[in-house]
Amino acid sequence: MAVVTYRDALTQALREELQRDDRVFLMGEEVAQYNGAYKVSKGLLDEFGPMRIVDTPITELGFAGVGVGAAMVGLRPIVEFMTWNFALLAIDEVVNAAAKMLYMSGGQYKMPMVFRGPNGAALQLAAQHSQAWESWFAHIPGLKVCTPGTPADAKGLLKSAIRDDNPVVFLEGEMLYNTKGEVPDGEHIVPMGVADLKREGDHCSVITHGKMVLVAMKVADDLAKEGINLDVVDLRTVRPMDVEAIARSVQKTNRAVVLEEGWEVCGMGSQVVDFIQRECFDDLDAPVLRVHQEDVPMPYAKNLERAAKPDAGKAVAAIKKVMYLD
Amino acid sequence: MSTEAKRPPATGQKRKDKGAPGDNGADAGQGSDATGTTPEVRRELLRSMLLQRRFEERCAEAYALGKIGGFCHLYIGQEAISTGVMSMIRPDDYVITAYRDHGQALARGISPRAVMSELFGRDTGTSGGKGGSMHIFDAKTNFLGGHGIVGGHVPVAAGVGFAIKYRRGNQLCVCFFGEAAVNIGAFHEALNLASLWELPVVFIIENNRYGMGTAISRSTANEDVLIRAKGYRMEGESVDGQDVFAVRECVGRAIERARKEKRPTLIEMRTYRFMGHSMSDAVSGTYRTKDELEENMKRDPILVLHNKMYESGELTEGEMRKIDDEAKAIAQDAWDFADASPEPALEKLYTDVYTDTSS
Repeated sequence: MAVVTYRDALTQALREELQRDDRVFLMGEEVAQYNGAYKVSKGLLDEFGPMRIVDTPITELGFAGVGVGAAMVGLRPIVEFMTWNFALLAIDEVVNAAAKMLYMSGGQYKMPMVFRGPNGAALQLAAQHSQAWESWFAHIPGLKVCTPGTPADAKGLLKSAIRDDNPVVFLEGEMLYNTKGEVPDGEHIVPMGVADLKREGDHCSVITHGKMVLVAMKVADDLAKEGINLDVVDLRTVRPMDVEAIARSVQKTNRAVVLEEGWEVCGMGSQVVDFIQRECFDDLDAPVLRVHQEDVPMPYAKNLERAAKPDAGKAVAAIKKVMYLD
Repeated sequence: MSTEAKRPPATGQKRKDKGAPGDNGADAGQGSDATGTTPEVRRELLRSMLLQRRFEERCAEAYALGKIGGFCHLYIGQEAISTGVMSMIRPDDYVITAYRDHGQALARGISPRAVMSELFGRDTGTSGGKGGSMHIFDAKTNFLGGHGIVGGHVPVAAGVGFAIKYRRGNQLCVCFFGEAAVNIGAFHEALNLASLWELPVVFIIENNRYGMGTAISRSTANEDVLIRAKGYRMEGESVDGQDVFAVRECVGRAIERARKEKRPTLIEMRTYRFMGHSMSDAVSGTYRTKDELEENMKRDPILVLHNKMYESGELTEGEMRKIDDEAKAIAQDAWDFADASPEPALEKLYTDVYTDTSS
């Protein structure tokens, strides 16, 4: 198994799928000549040419709609948003067009397309550039939502997303692009809707996804030194959500903390907690706690930003609380 | 062809040629037809327009009876546009439109039974009852919907054009929308992309002068909607949308441009809707006067075509009545079929949210 960056894993997935199916094309701002704002599409223009690696003007609504139209008539677009913060301008095409086309056409028009790009806060980018959008899109029936936290999952899920005939919202961790991990050699596919137990332990479940997987793993390492063994469930896709994996973990540990990057109100954690209280009520030894961004727009100042973000310290505190150790 | 009127018009209205809506001064009496139609083709045009008219009159009736629910936007008054455009494009071309879509669906050749069933919310509808009035889709005729968000489908049309270019095809995509859509961002983004990338799309503004209840003078800083084409280095043309021949000629030029030069066109069809915006507003009296409505109804597109054919002597009163009776019978048949069709099974609530397929 080769060790590659999250970025290179995504590039591999794009290259392999572009080679595999000539209906697949990549479109977005700076994806071609500039090699991608985050270099995920580096080298692809040279290999596949300007008809398949398509630079667009800054016109998110416009090119998202172009993707929808191309998908309706049989192409398989990958629409890159330079960041998901900009995708709000295109949300009508994602939600009102892509997500509903199959349903409102009575099954006549499939939407084999992927909307992808970096999601979540980076460092000191302030309020408009530091947001995690998964709960917004996970709310919508008709969409699938991927939130890979590791290079292997990034590659495997992106390949699944490109091959899927449903519209997929693919949220890459902006802070994950440079992280490294082992990626299986050869064809590597990760099915959507299947969580991954990233760490086994029987004291407390940590249910998470996306960038917070790294935080959970660090916390698991730290707490192992104190004799606390965490069961880290990486959802990998938040829609469809692998609720069986959540149940298996909570039935084993009887305690859970849900760790996410986004805000508290109507966040992904709300959905997870709702499931746990309905399906695992008798298994619980403590209320489920949530760790998330503070309920404020992201501030710029370093100290305030740090205080606003969910982190290992907040996760440890929540875990100790559900274990009645604090 | 004789231009002398031999008999009175069939619809009971006195013929009085006025300027077209938008006052373009087109002369409906010139009887010209540069699109090379034969009498039989002209009869087909008349049939198509009458079918839409009679079908939608029944829609209004069904709505009043509660057989059609939700929003229902009638196309009555604008039929020369749907009929003229559809008569010029090929079966393998694509059509996408907004929510005032019944007329275009019928003109494209979608089964009146399936359309009426969709409006009735029945299993036999074009979308099995899941779409309704605003969302008519038909893959067999490349009819890509029926879209309910003003302007939202205009970039989608550019995407269809992109796909045609990607595959080096020589089809085109026709995209219909109202004049109120020219103020929304999606329209501008789509026009820019279509021109920048040279996509074979014909964008058709159906300028019926009212966005819901707001007159164009109250919504649009420059009422010359066609000037927007210039902003995107696109060819543009404005035409009398009540004259099916003028529609055909104009669209013919845009089709040629799309097929041969692979370039988009923006067309303004000046028209007028004879009904309210939807079934919930008065036909006149609130945002437009009765006089204005009546003045415009004198240029009923069906009457305009009828008069031309009548004056040239190729259509008799009896033939007109026969075509009209056939249209009424098809509308009745569609109603009967829809009314007798089952509602969708409850299990279908959960189908078509996702497909299980992958490539």
